Amino acid sequence: MSLENNITKLEDGRLVLNMGPSHPAMHGIVRIILTVEGERVVNSEVEIGYLHRGFEKTCENSNYNQIIPYTDRLNYVSPFINEVGFVMAVEKMMGVELPERAKYIRVIMSEISRMTDHLTCIAANAMELGAFTPYFYLINARELLYQSGDMASGGRVTPNYFRIGGTSFDLTPDFIEFTKNALKKVDSYLSDTRKLLERNRIFYDRLKDTGKITREDAVSYGFTGPLIRSVGIDYDVRKYSPYLVYDRFDFEIPVADGGDNYARFLVRMEEINQSRKIIEQALLQLPDGPIDVDDYSVRLPQKDEVYGSIEGLISHFKLTFEGPKTPKGEIYFAVEGANGELGYYIVSDGTHKPWRVKVRPPCFPVTGALPRLINGGYIADIVATFGQINMIGGELER
Amino acid sequence: MSLDIIKSDLIQYFIIYKPQIFYLIETFVKIGILYGAVMTLAGVLTVGERKLSALMQDRVGPNRAYILGFTLWGLFHVVADGIKMIMKEDFMPKNANKILFTLAPIISLVPILFVFAFIPFGNYINIFGYTARFEIIDSNLSVFLIFAFSSLAVYGAFLAGFTSGNNWGLLGSIRAQAQMISYEVVMVLSILPVIMIYSSPSLSGIISAQGENISGFVPKWGIILQPLSFLIFFTAALVESKRAPFDVVEGESEIIGYFVEHSSMRFAGFMFGEYIEIVLFSMLISIFFFGGWQVPYLSDSGFTLGNISIPVNHYIKVILELLSISVKTVVFSCIFIFIRWTLPRFRYDHITKLCWKYLMPISVLNLVVTAFFVRAF
Repeated sequence: MSLENNITKLEDGRLVLNMGPSHPAMHGIVRIILTVEGERVVNSEVEIGYLHRGFEKTCENSNYNQIIPYTDRLNYVSPFINEVGFVMAVEKMMGVELPERAKYIRVIMSEISRMTDHLTCIAANAMELGAFTPYFYLINARELLYQSGDMASGGRVTPNYFRIGGTSFDLTPDFIEFTKNALKKVDSYLSDTRKLLERNRIFYDRLKDTGKITREDAVSYGFTGPLIRSVGIDYDVRKYSPYLVYDRFDFEIPVADGGDNYARFLVRMEEINQSRKIIEQALLQLPDGPIDVDDYSVRLPQKDEVYGSIEGLISHFKLTFEGPKTPKGEIYFAVEGANGELGYYIVSDGTHKPWRVKVRPPCFPVTGALPRLINGGYIADIVATFGQINMIGGELER
Repeated sequence: MSLDIIKSDLIQYFIIYKPQIFYLIETFVKIGILYGAVMTLAGVLTVGERKLSALMQDRVGPNRAYILGFTLWGLFHVVADGIKMIMKEDFMPKNANKILFTLAPIISLVPILFVFAFIPFGNYINIFGYTARFEIIDSNLSVFLIFAFSSLAVYGAFLAGFTSGNNWGLLGSIRAQAQMISYEVVMVLSILPVIMIYSSPSLSGIISAQGENISGFVPKWGIILQPLSFLIFFTAALVESKRAPFDVVEGESEIIGYFVEHSSMRFAGFMFGEYIEIVLFSMLISIFFFGGWQVPYLSDSGFTLGNISIPVNHYIKVILELLSISVKTVVFSCIFIFIRWTLPRFRYDHITKLCWKYLMPISVLNLVVTAFFVRAF
């Protein structure tokens, strides 16, 4: 019975396949409706929305400090960057100037997150292409960086570390030593991975010339991050509109030509190195000093102030129950996320809660261009491309 | 007329005339030894693969299953896995073809098991004057029979996907046909030069020809005479066993695999078949290219190298020969596992390209050159 059905479908020449949402390569949340001729993809439709949690709407009912843990869940592989982006948008609206040490801590944590994100992306991509061993090497490396973040913030995946106007705790005394060691070990894991993948003919053939996009198309789709750099454009928020203290470090924006998956792979590998360089420089330059702004309307006062003075006590009370207050207005602020430009657009009506929050997730434009990347290729190429665009459901569907 | 004389007469009778009952017992014992060993090795490989991959990947690997507090380095996971497989829900899709769907795992397992009957896993043993060869079926054409039976296994993979009523399974079975049928041709072509060189189409003939030495001290093994054949055969064996880097038929992250709808023991049939194929191809590689049960310089008169010779007891020789093929088989099984956990997966079209554009011309060329040399010298 089924035999005849299948044969008629094949004789028609085309077969409609439903890839996902429960498909091992679709990361559990995206559905692609494929029309295939044999193994070649003729047409594809990408359907998203399986992980929509109403992040933006939830934000409207929470005060600014309460939103920070939610942002951890946007791009759950690089949580620190999401937090930095959000708190900096709010701080910019309030006109808060951070102390130096807090800025350096944010840079260090952001770069650790960028490394974990790229490591995860390359690891998962390699695993989906059948190379299991590099996956474990890279995940081991990522685990070291997670531990480093855990040491500072107390949370591995969802750290909830930064606050409006500062940081929840200072770095622990052995953080610097631990992170330096971790970076060294990450380097050795990376060189092992390089040996297994970079000049591996099978891996090269799988990535080269698959998921290709031209320079013009990439720009018009609004690609950012490693994907725009893989077509040869060196756009990076850290260089184009430096925030925090990024202008004080010596680092390069890696670019590659080709616009295919292999170029993306090379860009990500090099970015891990550059992030490591930034962290090393930041750890050297890390100044002493306060980690919070000295402003009771933004950041909780010290405990002796709370117990010793009426102003301290009432600020503590107001901040805990209402949270920091923003002036009326709107703001867009973007940081360089691991996948590209991660922007927050916040509209405030002058209360303690945002009137509207809109996130510009870097992988949204890329997922929109996915049919263009996979049409004309093989079914097997979808896996390679989908892994390399590094779609993260949390930030894509919010 | 004592009992002793009758007894010795009986023994004389059995030894001289070799009645059918002896032949039957001998065959059953051989079946027991060979299939016992193969099944055990395949079972151990299921957990051995997980342990070896853990070793490569900086992990601990399975170590929890225990009986009476003993974990035996995770070996009890063989039992645990087996029990788990039996207890799983036996699912069959509504629009599957019931008969063929059930037959598919059997078809992919049974021909592979049958092939072992042709494999000589030792030379011969002489017990009280009774000689037994370590070979279940002795055929002059065993090489071709082996390929005939092992190529039947492709029908298992093909039917599994085709009859499961699942489009992903259908894609898997299309891949299986394209991949495995192309590589069967290459596999046979790569073995023909070996047959020519040893001028025998039977496995026992090939093995005994490898007992000689070239210029006195280099064993006349297939790897030395036909290194190119070895590389091609090894590649084809990797493809035929449907494992990474050639696991596109399964292609877990792409098309989930030809057995996507098979669960429980039906799935276990495919999985176990894969491990048995590893054992089979490891044995074949060691037979064609590494002298099978031959131990270098060991013959009936003991170890001989030039003028030096050390006599060896017959039973010790038998044990050494059995060990020789076992060690070679285990080593190649491990190499299969190492390769799987090192390399990424080929793309489906790259595999066929590799076959028809590179391996096929090379093996034909190798065949022609070998034929020329065999004829000329």
